[in-house]
Amino acid sequence: MWEALREAVDEEMERDPTVCLFGEDVGHYGGSYKVSYDLYKKYGDMRLLDTPICENAFMGMGIGAAMTGLRPIVEGMNMGFLLLAYNQISNNAGMLHYTSGGQYKVPLVIRGPGGVGRQLGAEHSQRLESYFQSIPGVQLVACSTVANAKALLKSAIRSDNPIIFFEHVLLYNIKGDTQEGHCQSLERAEIARPGSDVTILCYSRMRYVVLQACQQLEKEGYNPEVVDLISLKPFDMETIAKSVRKTRHVIIVEECMRTGGIGASLSAIINETLFDDLDHQVVRLSSQDVPTAYAYELEAATIVQPEQVVDAVKRVAGSARQLVAA
Amino acid sequence: MALANASRRLAQSLLRPLGSAQSPLGALGLQQRGIAEPAAAEDTSLTVEVRPFSAHRIEPPSTTVTTDRAELLKFFTSMYRMRRMEIAADMLYKAKFIRGFCHLYDGQEAILEGIEAALEYTDSIITSYRDHCTHLGRGGTVVEVMAELMGRVDGAAKGMGGSMHMYKKEHNFYGGQGIVGAQIPVGAGLAFAHKYREDGGVALTMYGDGAANQGQKYEALNIAALWDLPCIFIIENNHYGMGTAEWRGSKSSSFYTRGDYTPGLKVDGMDVLAVKQAMTFAKQYAQKNGPILMEMDTYRYHGHSMSDPGSTYRTRDEISQIRQLRDPVEHVRKLLTDNNLASTSELKAIEKDVKKEIDAAVDKAKNSPIPPDEALWKNIYKDTLGGKMKGLDSSVKIQL
Repeated sequence: MWEALREAVDEEMERDPTVCLFGEDVGHYGGSYKVSYDLYKKYGDMRLLDTPICENAFMGMGIGAAMTGLRPIVEGMNMGFLLLAYNQISNNAGMLHYTSGGQYKVPLVIRGPGGVGRQLGAEHSQRLESYFQSIPGVQLVACSTVANAKALLKSAIRSDNPIIFFEHVLLYNIKGDTQEGHCQSLERAEIARPGSDVTILCYSRMRYVVLQACQQLEKEGYNPEVVDLISLKPFDMETIAKSVRKTRHVIIVEECMRTGGIGASLSAIINETLFDDLDHQVVRLSSQDVPTAYAYELEAATIVQPEQVVDAVKRVAGSARQLVAA
Repeated sequence: MALANASRRLAQSLLRPLGSAQSPLGALGLQQRGIAEPAAAEDTSLTVEVRPFSAHRIEPPSTTVTTDRAELLKFFTSMYRMRRMEIAADMLYKAKFIRGFCHLYDGQEAILEGIEAALEYTDSIITSYRDHCTHLGRGGTVVEVMAELMGRVDGAAKGMGGSMHMYKKEHNFYGGQGIVGAQIPVGAGLAFAHKYREDGGVALTMYGDGAANQGQKYEALNIAALWDLPCIFIIENNHYGMGTAEWRGSKSSSFYTRGDYTPGLKVDGMDVLAVKQAMTFAKQYAQKNGPILMEMDTYRYHGHSMSDPGSTYRTRDEISQIRQLRDPVEHVRKLLTDNNLASTSELKAIEKDVKKEIDAAVDKAKNSPIPPDEALWKNIYKDTLGGKMKGLDSSVKIQL
């Protein structure tokens, strides 16, 4: 996936001279996840800016530059570090267009890896989408495949809204194809697997966890519809509602914490707007409300695993299933 | 009883006496103010000696400043307008037309006036919540400020921002800011954009002595110095961070030296000519070399905001002494009248006109409509998302 993201950045920087990238080690080092590998050789130090370690300041600078009409991409080496920049993101990125009466726009992309990795420890395994979701005026987008990573990042760079673009630390090395020049809508969910029994709403790496569970579920005669949310703020309720009305069962599978997570908001909205279309309460599978432990087994127990998705589907959609004839 | 006495004694000891090293009066030595020399009879120009600048890692500019009647009249009118506008805001706040936070700038007018005399609208400015006069300085109108303070549609931000959020995009005024110091990195970003575009402009990032202790200021200074950004860091040192005197909040009050490798100047912020001289110098420096720190020694007559009487942490004597000895508007008046460049009656006429102008602006602002209901949902996003969002009541759907 890192190559796809790099292609997106490269293509957009070539196309539009106002696009630049701020971040720690994005230039000469090549980017800690190689997303900006060697781009400084092509675009120079003025467009690939190696910042000192000061998230608050370089986020503010990115916002100031965006207010003047440049299109900066600000990279958090890990999304968790952007907590230091929270004030800038909330007040200056999110709210500025509104509080200035529409005078200033903030065409900023804030991107970086988040999520639980391989024993990176609690502070490097944070899921910031749940912290950012209440900020008015920002859009939250989570990419999940090689194809949508490139297409979404291109759209995000072209958008005039401040976009917080979530990548996942364990997805950088997945392989796949991209579509030439394709820009994908930032507000649309993707159907990762069409189905009919149960709607499983997920995003980012959980897409793969769910699809892995589906391999098991298919053998047992289930036909889940997997909807990859893509847009975490705002939710694509059109796609979600269409799926829910079809299956009448919803499971949300997310990596962020149970408390105040994306699933909490989504569950509430589904209850409020699609109550009569449900045959079962909305089930939420989220990470435990604990800091991510270092020990391998405990880390695995913190996040949702495919077996739990299988169990949840069986609970929700019923256990009596006819095996599909070969 | 003993405890009450002890705390009263403690409170008294925290208010430093006038004229001590840390007081706003003591620092610069009152005897050195301008020796004004008018030129020949028909000539309306004037040469003035301003107070010497304190300099850190740089040769300060000359203290000899030339001005003329036209410029001084412009300064007088503009600063008087700022003064009367802030006084009107005070009265409107007490009459509950203005609510929430309201931070007034009276006493500090010379800073903005001197800045705008040295800069163009193609240069960028961002400042703190004490931004009503900054809006005027950037070519905004009193109506825009008053209407914004009253939350009306004709306000600088259409009533959506309030006192701390005045903006004027056409003249590169990037606003006030609610959170202390958060504007500093944004200002460095504005300077970055000037450098990126190679347009020769400079960016001013303005903040107070309270904000000068924010970490993000040092982060921004480091980047600005590292990348040679045309950024002028301006500390409006009015000696009090809300209720905390500068000597109680900062280990070092020599703010102009705290940029370390970044050169700095300390300027008499109550003297518009000194500010203009220093800012002209700073702009040239920043365009060529990179960041510079400008400490403006100033004073605010009002408290921190309208909810602060401003007298629990400083003495009324201090305030009135500064008004008598260092008032920026009076200084310009004296330069004009002492040097026969304008008569007292001429200046009185200007004052009368400005007062009428402010009254008219307040009336116009009072009659400006309140924002319509739809304004609640407008401008959340710049690129509309093509969808509808449910409001508080699910029967309400808003176009996003």
